[in-house]
Amino acid sequence: MRMIIRRLSLYALTAWVAITVNFLLPRLMPGNPVQTMIGKLTGQVTAAEMNAIQLSFGGSFKQGLFAQYFTYLTQLFHGNFGSSITLGAPVGAILRESVPWTVGLIGVSTIVSFAVGTFAGALLGWTRGSRLDSLIPTATFFQAIPYFFLGTVMLLVFASNLHWFPVLGAYSQNATPGWNWNFVGNVIRYGELPVISIVLSSIAGWMLGMRNMMITMVGEDFVLMAVAKGLPRRKVIMHAARNAILPSIANLSLAIGLVVSGALLVELVFNYPGVGDLLLQAVLNEDYPLIQGIFLVITLTVLCANLIADVVYLALDPRTRTEAAV
Amino acid sequence: MKVLRLPKSPKVLLGLGILGFFILMTIIGPWLAPYNPSATNFAANLTPSAHHWLGTTSLGQDIYSQLLVGARATMVVALLAGLVATILSVTIGVAAGYLGGLSDDGLSLLSNVFLAIPGLPLLIVIDSYLPVNSRSNTFVIGLIISLTGWAWGARVLRAQTMSLRNRDFVEAARIIGEKRHRIMFSEIAPNLLPVLASSFLFTVLYAIGAYVTLAYIGLTSTAVWNWGTMLYWAQANNAPLSNEWYWFVPPGICIALVGTGLALVNFGIDEFINPRLRAGGLTSRQRRKLGLPRRVRLGLTPVLRPAKAPRVSTAPAKLVSQ
Repeated sequence: MRMIIRRLSLYALTAWVAITVNFLLPRLMPGNPVQTMIGKLTGQVTAAEMNAIQLSFGGSFKQGLFAQYFTYLTQLFHGNFGSSITLGAPVGAILRESVPWTVGLIGVSTIVSFAVGTFAGALLGWTRGSRLDSLIPTATFFQAIPYFFLGTVMLLVFASNLHWFPVLGAYSQNATPGWNWNFVGNVIRYGELPVISIVLSSIAGWMLGMRNMMITMVGEDFVLMAVAKGLPRRKVIMHAARNAILPSIANLSLAIGLVVSGALLVELVFNYPGVGDLLLQAVLNEDYPLIQGIFLVITLTVLCANLIADVVYLALDPRTRTEAAV
Repeated sequence: MKVLRLPKSPKVLLGLGILGFFILMTIIGPWLAPYNPSATNFAANLTPSAHHWLGTTSLGQDIYSQLLVGARATMVVALLAGLVATILSVTIGVAAGYLGGLSDDGLSLLSNVFLAIPGLPLLIVIDSYLPVNSRSNTFVIGLIISLTGWAWGARVLRAQTMSLRNRDFVEAARIIGEKRHRIMFSEIAPNLLPVLASSFLFTVLYAIGAYVTLAYIGLTSTAVWNWGTMLYWAQANNAPLSNEWYWFVPPGICIALVGTGLALVNFGIDEFINPRLRAGGLTSRQRRKLGLPRRVRLGLTPVLRPAKAPRVSTAPAKLVSQ
């Protein structure tokens, strides 16, 4: 329990740092990007909107820094992320539409990649020194390819040339969004290729980590003991794998951040209507409120995912619990 | 040098070969480039030929020259970011591990916070606020990438330092009254060299990915040629959908190859740190040479101890089952 509270406070602190960075960056950057932005906007927006922008970015320094910070925090707590300059809508509302797509896409890919990678890694570790070891350089190569590049190549080969998969977007233009089988099936069909490309780029990490732990585990006495007892091979492997998997789970919280960063770009390639696509548009249009809102939402989501991974780890490994109790 | 005694597994040699090739390309690439990469005086959309090995862009620029010139910026940013991040992670990690107590709590908290914030979105936010002339500056970009990439190394180094700090040689240094920073950086840090090297390679790998990504989404100056800007222009001109593979595939392959090289060398370092992995990475021919059983036997992961003298082929390696 104490461990969970400690992790919770760490993540709370991290969230606070992210929020503060978001607040301070536009105010500290050289060249004053906010003034530039406000200059560009003059005449395009109403005086009231201008006032709101100046308030949220500190364009006018009528208030002191602390007072600005306080206003900023209060607004955030009310779920007010400011409003997007280019899309003319509140950032919160825009994000509510795109976040579920991203969470779905990345969630599914991460789970698939973790499960398959760990399983393959366990087998590789068990059969170490065999021909299968030549898989390692191949897997490494896939890991070293930037996600978005692999996505681009797969899009070119499998969607636009071979027509095995639909090309762009998250669902066909004829489908009407709604909770019916027709639409859900359509979404799954359109999601296949992005998921495959994310899995391919992220699987090597899981595989190699698991393989190396497995090799270390196979040398342990309890595995020898299991064999000596005459347990079937499958059970012995499971026995070793259950112990080797712990570091992978401990790393899960770290990896989620990386996968999210990569997957944002996969969305770009596939024109997937998630946060990544939105982020690119925001960057290209210098839509600072939107960029900041997206950054905050991504960070908070990753922190939640981390927390879940930590709790799972605590549940799985009793040693961490005793450590925490001491 | 003992330090350079990497296991000579084919993986490591392959990795070193690949890295050597690209470092050479970084140094002499811009001189080798047959044309000015920005010059637009050729016909547009040429397919690969003897004159233009990789064809031309839709603006009529020579792609092969872009690839050669782009190697330098890409590698310089990656190495710079790797170097700065490693310095940061050694300083913070070793200090946290050695000093302990409150400073440990503070520094660990700092690195945990940086670990938990997703790096790329943070980079994008920082970078989008940079004035345009800083975006074209490879040093500025390298520095901000290193800011988001040091935390993992610091965590690993801290753990290693904690396991070293009560060893006899550190106690001895403390007793003869060496200064704290001297103990940390002259006594402890050299013993962390393999871990350090591995964390450096990982950071370089991360930095290449981050830099290329920033360039790909148009957040670095498009005036600086690197492999990411090439991909940016290829994407902007719909090269992937119009089958112009010679435009966007070569930079992607180069990035992936550099990454593979770094990761393969890292395997070597892993095997160096963990003797059990060392035996795991051998080919069957090498196993025979060392007198190990050809098939891996259960409960018997051989720990290969480095020989003091050059190994005589008649003496079989020690088999230690643990």
